[in-house]
Formats: sequence, structure tokens, C-alpha cells
Amino acid sequence: MADYKALEDLVIQVRRDILRQVHKVNSGHPGGSLGCAEFFVALYNELMDHNNDFSMDGENEDIFFLSNGHISPVFYSVLARSGYFPVEELNTFRLLDSRLQGHPTTHEGLPGIRMASGSLGQGISVSIGAAQTKKLNNDNHIVYTLCGDGELQEGQNWEAIMYAAGNKVDNLIVTIDLNGQQIDGSTENVLPLGNMKAKFEAFGWDVMDIEEGNNIEAVITGMKKAKEKTGKGKPICVLLHTVMGNGVDFMMHTHDWHGKAPNDEQLENALSQNPETLGDY
Amino acid sequence: MKKYTDSGKKDTRSGFGDGLTELGKKNKDVVALCADLTGSLKMDEFKKNHPERFFQIGIAEANMIGIAAGMTIGGKIPFTGTFANFSTGRVYDQIRQSVAYSGKNVKICASHAGITLGEDGATHQILEDIGLMKMLPGMTVINTCDYNQTKAATIAVAEHEGPVYLRFGRPKVANFTPADQKFEIGKAVQLQEGTDVTIIATGHLVWEALQAAETLHENGISADVINIHTIKPLDDEAILKSVKKTGCVVTAEEHNYLGGLGESVARVLSTQHPAPQEFVATQDTFGESGTPEQLMDKYGLNASAIVAAAKKVIARK
Repeated sequence: MADYKALEDLVIQVRRDILRQVHKVNSGHPGGSLGCAEFFVALYNELMDHNNDFSMDGENEDIFFLSNGHISPVFYSVLARSGYFPVEELNTFRLLDSRLQGHPTTHEGLPGIRMASGSLGQGISVSIGAAQTKKLNNDNHIVYTLCGDGELQEGQNWEAIMYAAGNKVDNLIVTIDLNGQQIDGSTENVLPLGNMKAKFEAFGWDVMDIEEGNNIEAVITGMKKAKEKTGKGKPICVLLHTVMGNGVDFMMHTHDWHGKAPNDEQLENALSQNPETLGDY
Repeated sequence: MKKYTDSGKKDTRSGFGDGLTELGKKNKDVVALCADLTGSLKMDEFKKNHPERFFQIGIAEANMIGIAAGMTIGGKIPFTGTFANFSTGRVYDQIRQSVAYSGKNVKICASHAGITLGEDGATHQILEDIGLMKMLPGMTVINTCDYNQTKAATIAVAEHEGPVYLRFGRPKVANFTPADQKFEIGKAVQLQEGTDVTIIATGHLVWEALQAAETLHENGISADVINIHTIKPLDDEAILKSVKKTGCVVTAEEHNYLGGLGESVARVLSTQHPAPQEFVATQDTFGESGTPEQLMDKYGLNASAIVAAAKKVIARK
């Protein structure tokens, strides 16, 4: 049984990390990062069988790829707080000579990152490749991926979605961050995604919803169900319903904070809504 | 002059296919991916021998590059196969981010490169791929000249850690390099020793350069002929050594003069040993339908074009 109180404390600390990272350099993407805090905390603390002693090949462990690389602040925070690199290094986010580049990369050798992402739409393909290598290596572990919902407007995703089902890549769980927002507005206004569940099902995937994507218990319960669906001949898609900017009242339910940092006053307000739990870096 | 003989015309893509077959037997980490062109890329034998290591991706090249990049995680050495056009321009961003920037050990194997693809016409005849690929940091770029060299290169790139672009073609061309050659990435091959002009050629133009050197010899002109199979990293030393001796150079390639081998050679010379240079290459144009021979003639990519360029560049010394 997971210690939900401890996990919720971690989520709050991750929110603070996100806000402080983007505030310091006055750039970065807080909205999507905040919306996925629970997912990342659940993934790295309760769901993945992973080694904090990082190896690029990730053999005999579950591995994760972030396709929508712009939500790097949440990824970096959770990796650091899982022991992949020192938490103090979050201070270097987006600074010159940092391993914490604006978008995640392997180029600077940051532990925990196995593929550069940022140019959207490539993560599912990459994850399929890693999943097929696991099968070739008789490695009975799972490959997890997170994609943005707006990101699904990129055509490469649908090549990958067709391939994964056609080739029974069933050691793969792709989670879609369904927050309904993208840079220019709501997905409904920019380019409607239609019925995502029906689309994935039509391509031959096993699809499930996690309606409360910002409830840590719901995320863990839902993702555990997803895990049980692996190994049954179909790739798994989880539609994770989240709120962009979750946990900071003035950032929620809008695309305004997709790629904008808070000013000093806004930071203070946002942090006061998320009092320090585990200690700031 | 050294004598080179054609042991019988063969396509370079078959060199790739046969090299891949050999690799399949000796390296269990080699996997092959193809985007619905298995026969054209001569990958059937690998597929037959190792069905579990062959991945039919369908007509989805972007997905193929992404899957290949992902497969390296866990130690596989993926070889992707499709036409040069669909191996580069169509998937440039996927290669840039998931392969080159991510430093993945993917071998992008590209057939039907250049104008000698022939009758299919300009949609399929990419003349910009060398430029596209050499601009990517960390990418090794290889353009082989015949069957034997392509086979040797295919085997050699598996031993090289890092992304590689391996470019070859469709038509049957002279097979004149040794069957037992050791392929050294980044090492130029000196084919003729001469003193009046350096001819630096890559790919299908290497055989043409040898024919040109014979004609020049008959005209009393002594040509140094260098086969540059690796455009990046470029063998600067071999180029400088030759041009210091001859004082001028002709570069020859089945590619646009913008972005190709010629520009790489010009960079080396302009910074270290300025010398007159002529470019045998396409002149910033698309191709068209025709037989390979007709197209090589029309676009000035053959021995007679090299002879004319050599005479012109010698006059500029």
C-alpha cells in the first residue's frame, strides 16, 4: 500500500521545483509540467521497476521516454528527487553549460535521459524500438512513454500507433496527457483531436482512461491496471485527464502558462499555495 | 599508370545486401529495418536468415528512424534501408533529434541515390542528401563506388560506434576495387599517382575518374586520382598532400555542387592550401527521367566531363 501522504508531499515539492526552475531563468514550460506532477511521482516511485544507478541500455528494468520534452521541469525534478542526479543541479536549469537543457537531451550526459526530445511526435516510435529490443533480449520489462495531447497532431505518431498494434508491441504503455490545451489555445480551437479513445481503439490498442489525472491515488491505481494489460498482444494507451497548471489557481484551466514563467510576485503567490514539504534545493 | 579492370558490372545496392547478409551471420546484435523496399535494397537474404531480427516498418520512414533510434537502447545495431530520398530529406528532423543529437548507433543505409536512379525521375533522385547529412554533428557520411567497396563498408560500419549515413545506388556499374579490401572509415584511397591535376571522386564518379585519367594520360596529362568514400570525416591529409603536388583539383560527385564533396574539399583547401578547383557535379538543379547513362551525360557527370574540367583547371594554375 502506497504512502499517499508522502507521495502528495513529494508532488507539492515537485511543483515548487517546477515553479522555481522556470522563474529563475524566466523561461520554460510550467503549465504542462504542473499538470503531470502526479504522473511522474507515481511513475518513478510506485510504478516503474527501475535502477537509480543509470545505464543507457536500461536492461532488466522498466524505462521511460518523455515525448513532449518541453515539460522538462517536472522530469528533471522527479529524476533528481529519485536520486538520478543531485537536487541542487535543478539550479542550473537552462543555464549555459548545464546538463539540464531547455529540452531533455542525452548530449550532456544527464542520468535518466535516454533520448533527446522537444521536436514533437517522435517518442512513440522511439519507445516501440526500445520495447522491441527488450523482446529480442528476452527482457520482460515495460517501456513507458508520455505524450502531450496536442502533440498527437504530428503525423509520425499515427505511423507509430499503426505499427505498434500491427506488430503486437504489448510491452509498451503510452500515456497521453489529455489537458486540452496547447500553445495557441485549446486543442478544440487549434485542431480538434476528436474522440481519442475511439481513434486508438480503431488502430488496435487497448485503451483506458484515468479521469482524475491529478489525484495521485487514482493515477497509481489506474497505471497499475494498465500494467496488468501488458503482455496480452496489444499496446496500451492511457488517456490521462489532467489540468494544465494544476496546483496553482491562476495557472489552471488555461493555455496561458504553457510556456511562460511567473514573475516574482506570481511566484510568491504560487509557492504560498504549495508550502515547502521535503525542502527546496 | 595502374590498370583497373571491371570484374563484371554489379549494383552497389547488392554490395549492401550481401554485406548485410554476412553481418547477420557474424553479429547477433545487427537488426535490419525496411520501409517496404526489401527487394530494392537487397535485404531479402537477411530477412530470410533472421526473420526475428528483420523489421518491416511499412511506408512510414519517420517511424522507422525513431524505432531504429529506440532499438539501440539495449544494444542493438539497427540498419535502416530505403531510398536515399526517403532516408534523408523526408526524415531529417527524426535523424537530427533522435539519432544525431541523441548520439545513437544507427546505420542509415540509402540506395537509389543520385541521378542514376534513372527513369523514376526527380521525385526520387535526391542530389542534396550528402549536404543534408554532413551538416549533422557527429554523423559519418560514406558514399561507396562499387559493389566490393559497398559490401566492405557495410560490414565496417557495424564496428563503428555512432550514426552513419551509407549512400549507394541502383544501376549496375563497374566493380573494380578488391574483393578482400579492408574498409577504413575516413581514409582516402589513392588510385593513381600523378603530378598535373588531382581528381577527387566519390561514388559512381570514381570509375569515371579512372577513365578520365586514362584519357588525360593519352593527352600527356598526369592525373592523381583519389577515391574519397568517406565525405565526413574527410581525409584532409590525403587531399592536401595531393594538391600540394599537383596545384589544382577537380572534384567529381553525383550530387549538387552545393553541399557536396566539392565544397568539403574547397573548405580544406581554402583554409590550408588555396588552389584552383573545378566541380563536376549537378548545377543546383533537379534531375529528370532517362536512363542512367543518358542522365550522367546530360548533367555532365561522366569521364568526358572530368577530362574537360581537368583541362580547364590546369589552365587556371
